[in-house]
Amino acid sequence: MKRLTPPLSDDAVSDLKVGDKVFITGTIYTARDQAHLRLIEDDDPAFNLQGSILFYVGPTPAKPGQIIGSSGPTSAYRMDPMSPPLMARGVKAMIGKGDRSDAFRQSMIAHNAVYLIATGGAGALLSSRIKSIKPIMYEDLGPEAIHELYVEDFPCFVAYDVHGNQLFKGGGPREEKK
Amino acid sequence: MRKIERSAVIEAVKKTLIKANYELDETLVSFLKRAKDKEKNDLSRSILEDILTNESYAREGFAPLCQDTGIVVVFAEVGTDIRLDFDLYKAIDVGVRQAYDEGYLRKSVVNHPFQRENTQDNTPAIVHTKLVPGDRLTLKLATKGAGSENMSKVVMLTPADGLEGVKKLVLDTVFDAGGRPCPPIIVGIGLGGNFEKSAILAKEAILRDLEDESNDPDIRALERDLLHEINRLGIGPMGVGGDTTCLAVKVNTYPMHIASLPVAINIQCHSARHLEVVL
Ligand code: SF4
Repeated sequence: MKRLTPPLSDDAVSDLKVGDKVFITGTIYTARDQAHLRLIEDDDPAFNLQGSILFYVGPTPAKPGQIIGSSGPTSAYRMDPMSPPLMARGVKAMIGKGDRSDAFRQSMIAHNAVYLIATGGAGALLSSRIKSIKPIMYEDLGPEAIHELYVEDFPCFVAYDVHGNQLFKGGGPREEKK
Repeated sequence: MRKIERSAVIEAVKKTLIKANYELDETLVSFLKRAKDKEKNDLSRSILEDILTNESYAREGFAPLCQDTGIVVVFAEVGTDIRLDFDLYKAIDVGVRQAYDEGYLRKSVVNHPFQRENTQDNTPAIVHTKLVPGDRLTLKLATKGAGSENMSKVVMLTPADGLEGVKKLVLDTVFDAGGRPCPPIIVGIGLGGNFEKSAILAKEAILRDLEDESNDPDIRALERDLLHEINRLGIGPMGVGGDTTCLAVKVNTYPMHIASLPVAINIQCHSARHLEVVL
């Protein structure tokens, strides 16, 4: 078990190995499909990308008296084409679910970044680790806007590390993987 | 003729959908517990533990089970001895709208393949109606997330592909999907009918009770073999490897044309949210 506190340094990223369970405490940013499309074109984002962690999530609405609704990860592969330019600008970790393209993984290694997964379909559990939320960019996108989250002991697993290892079994044609 | 009130339909749809999004049925929970106890891979076991803890948080009303509260699918079995003096489809949509509002569920439906504007109330539902004898209206409601639905497919095999062709297709499809549909999964398979019938059969198969096995000995054997072989693929919970990839395989069949063998594979994630209500 390892603890991560963003912003992440290159050393913190290199230290992570596939299969490690990590607990994140600190500020992370939500972004999914639409927000990615805008962020890659945006020269002046409202947060510092260097060392940042992006969380692919589109939560349910918060109930009265709560901070956020169910907040599990969405499938990461949809963000594959948009991730390299963001890693080039300093994004160090992405939290999603499921496998990603080889092109993504090569780029991730080249930029010394890491791909983490959180348990899909565990949105109620994960939302209990989110302590504050603030929309900071693209508020017209509603739940897909970029939100700043403060998380405590947010549980993830390392799925791709910079050492070239990957966690997944399956995904992609069966013949090739044998 | 037994009359069923519009308000009763709306209320039933609303209540059932909210409940389905906040708790899994007991059989599914017991299958997940059993899988967790048997799982040898530590990482996979910890994911299964998270899934079970998540269920208890949701059940207490903390938040819905999953943030993808899905698009609503309804199988409406309409007794021929009932009278409905209203538009059933519209009443279902009113129930959906109220459920997604009052239950704090995410509205995940867009209007058009390319315009993609959110309809803002998670309508319309996808409704399949069937006429049955009797004076009851049975609504089987499911809320289906995109992660697993996107990994589903219909393939028109030929009769010569036979049993082995079907098995290979299912195993390839599940392997290909890997961790994306949030395993452990439930696999619903529709065999026969024609192009669209097979897809409906597969969806109905997913809604079967997890303990239920086919009455047809050949199909029962297929369900058991596939379950075993899928678990041997080693995909594991969320694709991280392990013993638990699939909780159940359900196969529904229908007669077909002499020249076809339609196969539909509908994948259901562990967050299998569906409930039945009888009016
Ligand atoms: S596949 Fe199921 S459990 Fe996973 S995110 Fe989608 S709805 Fe939730």
